[in-house]
Amino acid sequence: MDSAIGPGIEAQIREWRSYLLRRRTMHQVDVDELEDHLRSEMSELGAAGLREDESFLVAIKRIGGINELSREFARERSSRLWKQLVLAGGSVRERSRWAYAELAIMLCFALGAAIAFKLPAAFGIDLMDTGASGNGEGDAAFYLRNSALLALPFLIGFFAWRRRLPARVVVGLAVPFVAAAILVNLFPFAEGGDTEALAAIHLPILLWLVAGVAYLGGVWRAGAPRMDFVRFTGEWFIYYTLIAFGGGVLSALTVGVFEAINIDVSPIIASWVLPCGAVGAVVVVAWLVEAKQSVIENMAPVLTAVFTPLFAMMLVAAIIGMALTGNFIDAEREVLILFDALLVLVLGLVLYAISARDAEAGPALMDAVQLVLVVSALVIDVLALTAILSRITEFGWTPNRTAGLGLNLILLANLVWTAWLLAAFLRGVRPFADLERWQTAYIPVYAAWAAVVVAVVPPLFAFK
Amino acid sequence: MHTKIEARIGKDLVAASAMPLVLAILDDGESYGYAILKRINELSGGALEWTDGMLYPLLHRLDRLGYVEARWIAPEGGRRRRYYRITPAGRNTLTEQRRQWEVVSEALRNAWHGFPITISALSPAKG
Repeated sequence: MDSAIGPGIEAQIREWRSYLLRRRTMHQVDVDELEDHLRSEMSELGAAGLREDESFLVAIKRIGGINELSREFARERSSRLWKQLVLAGGSVRERSRWAYAELAIMLCFALGAAIAFKLPAAFGIDLMDTGASGNGEGDAAFYLRNSALLALPFLIGFFAWRRRLPARVVVGLAVPFVAAAILVNLFPFAEGGDTEALAAIHLPILLWLVAGVAYLGGVWRAGAPRMDFVRFTGEWFIYYTLIAFGGGVLSALTVGVFEAINIDVSPIIASWVLPCGAVGAVVVVAWLVEAKQSVIENMAPVLTAVFTPLFAMMLVAAIIGMALTGNFIDAEREVLILFDALLVLVLGLVLYAISARDAEAGPALMDAVQLVLVVSALVIDVLALTAILSRITEFGWTPNRTAGLGLNLILLANLVWTAWLLAAFLRGVRPFADLERWQTAYIPVYAAWAAVVVAVVPPLFAFK
Repeated sequence: MHTKIEARIGKDLVAASAMPLVLAILDDGESYGYAILKRINELSGGALEWTDGMLYPLLHRLDRLGYVEARWIAPEGGRRRRYYRITPAGRNTLTEQRRQWEVVSEALRNAWHGFPITISALSPAKG
């Protein structure tokens, strides 16, 4: 019925969809329906002799402005906003079928992840065994290396099902998982060695980015959709934290209540409820982020707005403190890890603030605050780098220093150019979109570096 | 006195007539958004100008009020599409609205009796 649409226009349709979805009043089904309308109109206009891009523009214009549209939907929906907390989108009747089916399938994926996570227990591998029992390497190390490998395939499966990913893409996504599973389990890691810990820290990052490809429905090359994944990651993180907190309170209360009646449930909680809950929540939260977008979209920008100035103040105060006392960053391992974590957090904050921001809006006070944050992070980063470099020249290379050096260099490059682009934007020389494009273009660098730390660093240091 | 009237219909009037129009179109048979809009266009000879997107919030309201039923139909190898079908409650409302509109238009016709205007673009609607 429809003529095939070129990839350029397809990308524009995707972008239009994501703009609509960002409005909290419109749901997936509404946008699906509007997209069907758009395509019908386009194929009719195309039949009348219009070029593809022309018919796209005309059809978009006829559908109407996004603002008016979302306002109209809001008026229709406002009385039912509370219901969005229960189940997403659609009318009551449709909800009973489609949404419940979706809910059930999502829960299957979550359950699958929990089962996969506990499956090694059937072979006698115990999460709580730290090796103290004397059977050589502790089983905790097995989980340290494999947790992400056990949980994330189910997240990808969920995305693949939702986005109807072609089998070719799914197979492509499985390759990094299989490769990583082989590497981290066949590498002869030294017991309690640094390379093992480093690989265990970096593997989830790499696999999360692979999951991002599934989230984007296989379209990961374009910049704008990548920003959607950044936004998703931020929202996922906030939701997960909230749910983890709630789960912790619930578990503590459960243990307390059963203790009062002299039943000790803490072993069950510790070895079953908590791990299965934590792993299953990975999928459930991903579903929640999409289904309850309206809830999180109000909260996340507020959190960034609150914490950007606070982090900026903290960093400036730390720099002033160093300048006054002359105590620069101590090259102790724990201190460097602390600073790396801080820098990663700052970068995450900046990235998320960028993704939540309207690229069309002009410079605002918040952008200046962000520049302060980025520049002070830059100063800290340079200090950390000098500390690491002086350690390397003095004591030689170690896995930790190598990983630290690489991470700090990657952050440095990003922060320098981010600061430059932010300053240019504040002066009105460059559009904000440049900053967005820079950040999205940089994402594969993280994946590449994480892959290096997982696959190359351990053999380089003889798995110590 | 001659008053020239543009055939464009005001926003309020479009909004007021939207519900009976859509219900009447659905009374002829199950349909979907794009086809409904095309039908409105045909019926009014293009005089009723809608912003296309605005049809959908209206359809959802009709759905919520129980006047129409929506369902997704996915044809073999095609993209799924949401179809709307009028319900008995919708048919009752349509009858009631039609009665009201007839009263209004009758009253207007009586009031305008002997009030001459040239309607340049307001050709009789087709269909």
